[in-house]
Amino acid sequence: MIRDLAGIAVFVLALAALTLALDSGVWLNFVMMTLYAALLAQAWNMLGGFGGQFSFGHALFFGTGAYAQAVAQLQGGWNPWAALVLAVALAAAVGLFVGALSFRYGLKGSYFALVTLAFAEVARILAVSVGFTGGGVGLMLPLREGVANLQFGSRKGFIVLIGGFVVAALLVTAWLRHSRFGARLQAVRDNEDAARAIGVDPWRTKLGAIGLSAAFMGAAGAFYVQVFQYIDPGIAYGAHVSVEALVGAIVGGMGTLWGPLLGAAVLHLLAETTRNLFGQLPGINMVIYGALLVLIVMFLPRGIAGLGVSVREAWKGRRDER
Amino acid sequence: MLEFGILFPSVLNGLTTGAVYALVALGLTLIYGVLHIINFAHGASLMLAMYGVYLLKTRLGIDPYLALPIVVAAMFALGYALQRVIINRASHGRDENILLVTLGLSIVMENLALIFFKSDTRSIETAYTLTTVAIGPANIALAKLVAFAGALAASALLIWIVARTHLGRAIRAVAREKQGARLMGIDVDHVYAMSFGIGLACLGAAACFLLPAYYVNPQVGGGFVLVAFTIVVLGGMGSFAGALLGGLLIGVVESLGGLFLGESLGQIGIFLIFIGVLLFRPQGLFGARA
Amino acid sequence: MTARRQFIQQSAAAASALAFPLVGGAQPRSIKVGILHPVTGALAYSGQQCREGALLAIEDINKAGIKSLGGARLEVLLGDAQSAPQIGAAEIEKMNEAGCAAVVGAFASAICLATTQAAAKYNLPHVVDVGVADQIVERGLKNTFRFGPGYRTCAQVAVANLHVLNTAAGKPARSVMIIHEESLFGTGTANLLSRELPGYGYDVKEVVRHANPTRDFNNIVLRMKSVNPDIVIPANYYNEYALLVRTMQQQKVLPKAIYSVLGGAASSYKFLKEFPEAANGIIDCNHWFNPKDKRSAELKKRIEAKGLFFSYEVFMAYTAVRLLADAIDRAKSSDRAAINDALEKSTFADHFMPYGPTRFVNGQNQGAQPLMTQVIKGDIRVIVPRDYREAEPIFPLRA
Repeated sequence: MIRDLAGIAVFVLALAALTLALDSGVWLNFVMMTLYAALLAQAWNMLGGFGGQFSFGHALFFGTGAYAQAVAQLQGGWNPWAALVLAVALAAAVGLFVGALSFRYGLKGSYFALVTLAFAEVARILAVSVGFTGGGVGLMLPLREGVANLQFGSRKGFIVLIGGFVVAALLVTAWLRHSRFGARLQAVRDNEDAARAIGVDPWRTKLGAIGLSAAFMGAAGAFYVQVFQYIDPGIAYGAHVSVEALVGAIVGGMGTLWGPLLGAAVLHLLAETTRNLFGQLPGINMVIYGALLVLIVMFLPRGIAGLGVSVREAWKGRRDER
Repeated sequence: MLEFGILFPSVLNGLTTGAVYALVALGLTLIYGVLHIINFAHGASLMLAMYGVYLLKTRLGIDPYLALPIVVAAMFALGYALQRVIINRASHGRDENILLVTLGLSIVMENLALIFFKSDTRSIETAYTLTTVAIGPANIALAKLVAFAGALAASALLIWIVARTHLGRAIRAVAREKQGARLMGIDVDHVYAMSFGIGLACLGAAACFLLPAYYVNPQVGGGFVLVAFTIVVLGGMGSFAGALLGGLLIGVVESLGGLFLGESLGQIGIFLIFIGVLLFRPQGLFGARA
Repeated sequence: MTARRQFIQQSAAAASALAFPLVGGAQPRSIKVGILHPVTGALAYSGQQCREGALLAIEDINKAGIKSLGGARLEVLLGDAQSAPQIGAAEIEKMNEAGCAAVVGAFASAICLATTQAAAKYNLPHVVDVGVADQIVERGLKNTFRFGPGYRTCAQVAVANLHVLNTAAGKPARSVMIIHEESLFGTGTANLLSRELPGYGYDVKEVVRHANPTRDFNNIVLRMKSVNPDIVIPANYYNEYALLVRTMQQQKVLPKAIYSVLGGAASSYKFLKEFPEAANGIIDCNHWFNPKDKRSAELKKRIEAKGLFFSYEVFMAYTAVRLLADAIDRAKSSDRAAINDALEKSTFADHFMPYGPTRFVNGQNQGAQPLMTQVIKGDIRVIVPRDYREAEPIFPLRA
């Protein structure tokens, strides 16, 4: 635990130094978007990596947080900071609801994945149909800079905000690694029946995990709204958010502390560098991205953070056979 | 809205649309239902097949229905190769990796199509594009009726393959107990590849029946993926009859849902059913496995 | 020849920003202009068409260069918004850092919202080429300029002209059915239409919203049969529009008029070529060029010579770039504030759009208007307003 905390402290210092030193809008934006992608991956990792429950519909919690943030301000006149609390709370509540239903009926593996996907789609369709979300037109936050208004003129302010969430997620992940609850969760992940046999309540444990995971996704959604000031059902509940969350976590290394951060950073860098490589031929950058994704999975089956583990095991002459 | 003159055509439309969904889902039944591979690239594969049908029609003048054997065979080969060469090797057998690999493949496929075919939507014109058949008060497009027949034929064929052939027995064995099957001498990798190939071959058939009534562009596959998964689960993982009936049911639900709730909100019916089935009857309509 | 620059790495972009001479008084040999569109992803077709139009404009401008700056050429920096607002915003950051004097883009309203905002941070002039959502020019951003009309104007013009056509024909049409796609442009347009139409005495019997993509329109056409509206008003994108009209043709549903507002395939040469029968008689209120100006015909030939269709994206982007070039010329400088100022005061009239001399108020060109076109005898002809009329309208299509 101490090592993890020390690592997190180093990360905070490095991030602060980086933010102060950087002046380029491009790089600051890159750092901000990487941290944002990392938060998505970290949130997914809590449920997927540590809990072993793969969700394909994490956008559900993201969108809920985003809409809560927007609606509270626009329809309710709330202060954005207060709206943020609401966004996180609502997202967590939705997470608990979905979790309670799904786990109560024993959904596991791909069934659980698909049901989360279905819930996200239902939410998207509802968002299009209901009035207070602005329907298909979406919601736009008026431009009003100021810390009190949670809108920053420079990306630096937003980096502090998202950095705060990322650090919180890191701390929670570290806690999952070393706490009793985390141990119970990982026991449920590795063998649910055995865990039940030794007195762990899988339902409550998984519920806790999904609640945490959803809360952080809600924070990410609220963050998105504050930065880009526009949300619509496709952006809020679309599959791309769910995909981004799980890809970052899996590529980085599930169930690890730094995996999601690494995965998100690598993938984001990959996307940025390939995007304008062959400007004349749109699409070729995505072909490269997809191909590299396949290659990364081929050569780093445990993800980037898992590289150290794989190397160690190979060294010891053990082979992972499935 | 409730008059027979509206309801009847709507149900028929739902059945014919559902038949096409079923064709798309049949392939996934084998891949997901039996092999438990969540194939993110299913939609993109359908898209590639549709471009194949498009090219055969526009470059070589081959009618989509006549192109069936060509497209089916080509898609089978593609599926076999993909599974054997890429998916199997890259995934190391881990579920989450298979997911990522198929996701990466779908991105590659979609963008290769974008580069080669550009982003415009393309459709084909055949002699029967506008032909409709009158069934009672309904006017059903001929192309869709043919698709319906095609779905029935394809399901029957698949059921026969799995139940009666040597390959089918091997597939069932591998699906039930992979290690055991390997110990009995079954070439598991080959069986997986054959299954994936058959799965994609179904998409080839679906493409032949779909293109006359629809269109193709690089993103066209995305609209079918979710529905396909819904049908596979609804029908009962691994049951072809279930996928067929599930497809028809979903088609009708979508159609009636659209009629009563509006086309946009009506889509919700599909997913609510999906959630309901997953929660309360995960073995689907035809309970292949609990 | 057009000079095309590609981004390689952010470091290169940053380096070039340092290298770019922004010292006052120095006459630049070339001026960097960012051309940002969603050329991959769901909006790839439209984005690519926009890019083509923009690049043709750059080519034309660079024949003589910017006169007041000694013939300085425009150097293009291409950006791909990948059909996502946050990517568009990220591209703006790069363009800013690479020293762009201005940006033209980004086709889709949702993306434009993000890109104009990102550009505003650096006072980077941003000409919006299509982006019809009215919110884009209602945020008080001093760097955002839209040459073409927003959907409020389009809806109002459409309704007013419908009334004119209907009255001239003896008021044969009264009931209306609106079919729109579910996102920003479709819903916004439908909302406005539902509000305006009753004021003119029309009965909006049904408003149907559909998803993108919609795989089958048979149900909607069934409802159409049962509602039996005089006028069908579709507001959606190309694929769905084409499928809808084809289904109507298949089911032999023929209302008194198909009257589109910003219809995706209504005034589209592509649709006309692929489905001539289904397209026949369709009226559209959409972005269109001045048919009496020969330059539009010339551009059409050039685009078709490339094997592309002369769609609205092409000429909207083309004229947006020409507006910018004119402003740079008037500003006599590549300084951003000067260009913003020149745009604000622009009276640009040397263009082939039916807008007259330009006049911006809060970033919206006041003269911008859509035109009503109809597919008559296998070609798209302007029917309203009279100044641009090419053929007499056929209204209603059937008695």
